[in-house]
Amino acid sequence: MSAATKEKEPLFSAKNRKLLTNPINLNNPITVQVLGICSALAVTAKLKPAFVMAVSVIVVTAFANLIISLLRNGIPPRIRIIVQLVVIASLVILVDQLLKAFVYDVSRQLSVFVGLIITNCIVMGRLEAFAMGNKPWPSLLDGIGNGLGYSLILIMVGFVRELFGSGTIWGYHVIPQSFYDLGYRNNGFMILPPMALIIVGIIIWIQRSRNPELVEEK
Amino acid sequence: MYSNAYIFRYAGIMVILVAAVLSAAAMLLKPMQERNEAVDKMTSILKAAGFEDVNAKNAIDLFNSTITNMIVINQDGEVVDDFTGAGKEKSKAFGLNLKEQLYNKSMKRPFELPIFKANKNGETIYIIPMRGVGLWGPVWGNIALRDDFNTVIGVTFDHKSETPGLGAEITTPIFTDQFPGKTLFDDNGKFVSIKVVKGGAANLDASMRNHAVDAISGGTITSNGVSDMIRNVLESYEPYIKKIG
Repeated sequence: MSAATKEKEPLFSAKNRKLLTNPINLNNPITVQVLGICSALAVTAKLKPAFVMAVSVIVVTAFANLIISLLRNGIPPRIRIIVQLVVIASLVILVDQLLKAFVYDVSRQLSVFVGLIITNCIVMGRLEAFAMGNKPWPSLLDGIGNGLGYSLILIMVGFVRELFGSGTIWGYHVIPQSFYDLGYRNNGFMILPPMALIIVGIIIWIQRSRNPELVEEK
Repeated sequence: MYSNAYIFRYAGIMVILVAAVLSAAAMLLKPMQERNEAVDKMTSILKAAGFEDVNAKNAIDLFNSTITNMIVINQDGEVVDDFTGAGKEKSKAFGLNLKEQLYNKSMKRPFELPIFKANKNGETIYIIPMRGVGLWGPVWGNIALRDDFNTVIGVTFDHKSETPGLGAEITTPIFTDQFPGKTLFDDNGKFVSIKVVKGGAANLDASMRNHAVDAISGGTITSNGVSDMIRNVLESYEPYIKKIG
């Protein structure tokens, strides 16, 4: 039994830590893998729904990755996509039911967007790319990491859009009245979905100019 | 390789397991969810009537002590049910499905609608729940009227999935604060409803100014939905109002 005598890998080894931190910057699901753009456009007009959406996605990616990784050796390859979808869909329904029962206000805020997590490409992308071929613990970390990477971008975009679009942060007015008296106006364009795409583009631009290794060779 | 029999077995067991888990969760959480929904409905009704500090904790008590009559009327304005006892959330008026009843109305079938009579510091207030369609899904709300059935005291709106920052703004004070003081009937007693207009209610004829509020820029379809909802629901109460007023 060589496996048993071999020293066990620590829970937060350098490799495992990387699983958590990589998706936040160098392998970010939105800006580098370009997954999950659709929901990034839909829920980021205000910070609060963006935040709750982010938390829900972290929960779903983490547990979906964990469950699929536990099942990975038994899943027949021919129906693996269906199995993944069933797992994701049931998790999302569970999250939705729990939100409705315990934090009704938040659940009302999010309304349809919770259901949209099912179609969030990040969740299924990570199941296919990682959880199907890795052990449960690294898969869980990978799920949380990708959820965090997604959250980071969502919150950044939500922050910019709410600040310039409505002059508020988390629903509180932050731009003082004196600015408006001087002729400052909220930028209504910020609230519309195209602006989310433009902000994501700017984030990608900044990220790439700071990390040259992300730029593809011609 | 996996045999076909294995695949069928796997899929079958998985589906049964998932169904069991989800239905168990739905059953366990249902009482809490229904309570939340009832509390939310009460909060919205009380807020329309002008109560400021309503929250999930005091909503049920406040509702039961403030609302005196839970009335159900039919299409001819006749009172079908008038509930005055305790436990108002069990009354027929509270449980009435507005969506179904308004569908019956649109199909020219008999329908029943609720109206809540409240006593706020000696003043009699009537509150009417509303339901209509916005851009992406249903919009609903409550409108509180003075006992002349004409002057608005307050409104609350809510929606399932209107666009955040645009149509969803109907729930904010910026929109709802326009309603108090507006009137439903003109000087001749004709029902004109309250319209949500683009281009500013202040630019309308003087005769219309009391029956209009500003729409939300970028939320045209939601604004129109709110406008239609108010007209469609309140016109159904006209026979009742004519009868008792």
